[in-house]
Amino acid sequence: MKEVKIFARAGQGAITTAAILGEALFYEGKYTYAFPHFGAARMGAAMNAFLRFDEKPIRLRSKIYEPDYIIVIDPTLIESENVFSGLKSQAKAILAVRENTPQYKGEDSQVYRVPAEKIALEVIGKPFANTVLLGAFSKVSGEVKLESILKAVETRFKDKPQVLGKNLEAVRKGYSSIG
Amino acid sequence: MKKFLEGSQAVAKAVKLAKPGVISAYPITPQTHIVEGLAQFVADGELKSEFVNVESEHSAASAVLGAEACGVRSFTATSSQGLILMSEVLFNIAGMRLPVMLVCANRALSAPINIWNDHQDSIALRDSGWIQFYAENHQEVVDFILQGYKIGENPKIMLPVMVCMDGYILTHGMEVVDIPSQEQVDKFLPPYNPPYKLDIDNPLSLGLLGDPTVYMETRYAIQDTLNNDVLKLIPQVSSEFESIFGRRTLKLVETYKTEDAEVILVAMGSVAGTIKDVIDEERSKGKKVGLLKIVTYRPFPKEEVFNILKQASRVGVIEKAISLGSDGPLYTEISALFSGEKNSPQISGFIAGLGGRDITEKTIQTVIELVKGKKTSCIFMDLNKELLWEDFRVI
Repeated sequence: MKEVKIFARAGQGAITTAAILGEALFYEGKYTYAFPHFGAARMGAAMNAFLRFDEKPIRLRSKIYEPDYIIVIDPTLIESENVFSGLKSQAKAILAVRENTPQYKGEDSQVYRVPAEKIALEVIGKPFANTVLLGAFSKVSGEVKLESILKAVETRFKDKPQVLGKNLEAVRKGYSSIG
Repeated sequence: MKKFLEGSQAVAKAVKLAKPGVISAYPITPQTHIVEGLAQFVADGELKSEFVNVESEHSAASAVLGAEACGVRSFTATSSQGLILMSEVLFNIAGMRLPVMLVCANRALSAPINIWNDHQDSIALRDSGWIQFYAENHQEVVDFILQGYKIGENPKIMLPVMVCMDGYILTHGMEVVDIPSQEQVDKFLPPYNPPYKLDIDNPLSLGLLGDPTVYMETRYAIQDTLNNDVLKLIPQVSSEFESIFGRRTLKLVETYKTEDAEVILVAMGSVAGTIKDVIDEERSKGKKVGLLKIVTYRPFPKEEVFNILKQASRVGVIEKAISLGSDGPLYTEISALFSGEKNSPQISGFIAGLGGRDITEKTIQTVIELVKGKKTSCIFMDLNKELLWEDFRVI
């Protein structure tokens, strides 16, 4: 079983990120369980979404404390939420960063910095970093194919054709942003 | 067809398949997505149903009471304070023998206000005459709703059904669930045809005064239906469901590796999954631990619970509710089964996960260790002792 922990502020699409990733892994025959944890349940408040996936049904219902992957959608949370704590050895951290985001070193983990808000502004016109990071996750982790993510984004945005194409492009740009 | 769905959406799809003629609800988290989904189906013309917007949960429950009294299949969903506000009507629904279906998205009760999960809300309604099922996952919620209608609406039963699902953990969690086809459901669940209803051509009265010469018999009748007819009907309906849908999910109780278990844990709802994972780990170390999952809590399947637990030497009851001033309600009921019995297992009670406190694998491992020790009736797990009264006492 693999575990992903997503850090964001409420309204930045953490649940959507977990949902798309869960859907994409479901297409590949995996069992997945995606779930949010709300704190204050207010726009802008720090919150988490989680994802477990495995070859067999997921039964464990607790929160995730020792993730294999973290995805940080809001760069300002890296320090305040102590995102590297509890990471498994050799875990991978995918961070949305801005130009002024300090260089962070995960102790025993590999850190991938993605200028996700900048890419999103160019492609979508709004700083929604999450779909960019989904593309980056596919490349960094190798756990899920880019095509599956794109298909899941299509399913998710089927009622919003005006933003679908831009988000698909954001996923591709995120994927290719990882060297 | 298998889909990756949020629990609330899975519920909305299951309810749509049951074709209720009236849906009434008042929004409350974490239930809200359920009736949002149903309202969307009605607005899109995918479900022909009267969706009644009301000003409170008391009215929502009253609306479905009225619908059922007129012979119309109905649905409502709520949580926490909403369920408690409904409670006056819920006793009436059971007393009037109306098979309403209610999904309770389990959430803690105020005060302090808390939107997160525990079982205190539905447990507070355990004495109301409603049938109660507790689901571990999305599939069980979907299957229990379809089977719940069939059981409640059986002319010999005519009692309301509450399907309990853990708030957030299941309502907002997304996982793979098999949503049956309309053809399958139509084959399984016939249109609602009650043996009595309000009808101007055949006038009758419902919910009248029951004075001391008749009231007690109405209570006895509900008790008799629950303890004799419902307990017998559940396995029959479950077999019929299995023949059409290919799986058996609704049970009185579910056992997991209890055959040779020295320690058996007892629990309800989604935490059963976490416990199963811990049991596999313990078994890999050669420790004989098992789980008894209570699926049907009302009526309480005493015989099944007794027969499974009697073979263990230690039993640990883990529950997300407490009868303040006494012990956990499930612990009390299970202890009572063994009252006066020789060779009773040592039974200990544990309160966990109140108000959304996370129940981790460590929590369960600690319970297993404590169960092996001295008998205790009511241990609160994972308390933060720094927050307890002793440290704040100012007088």
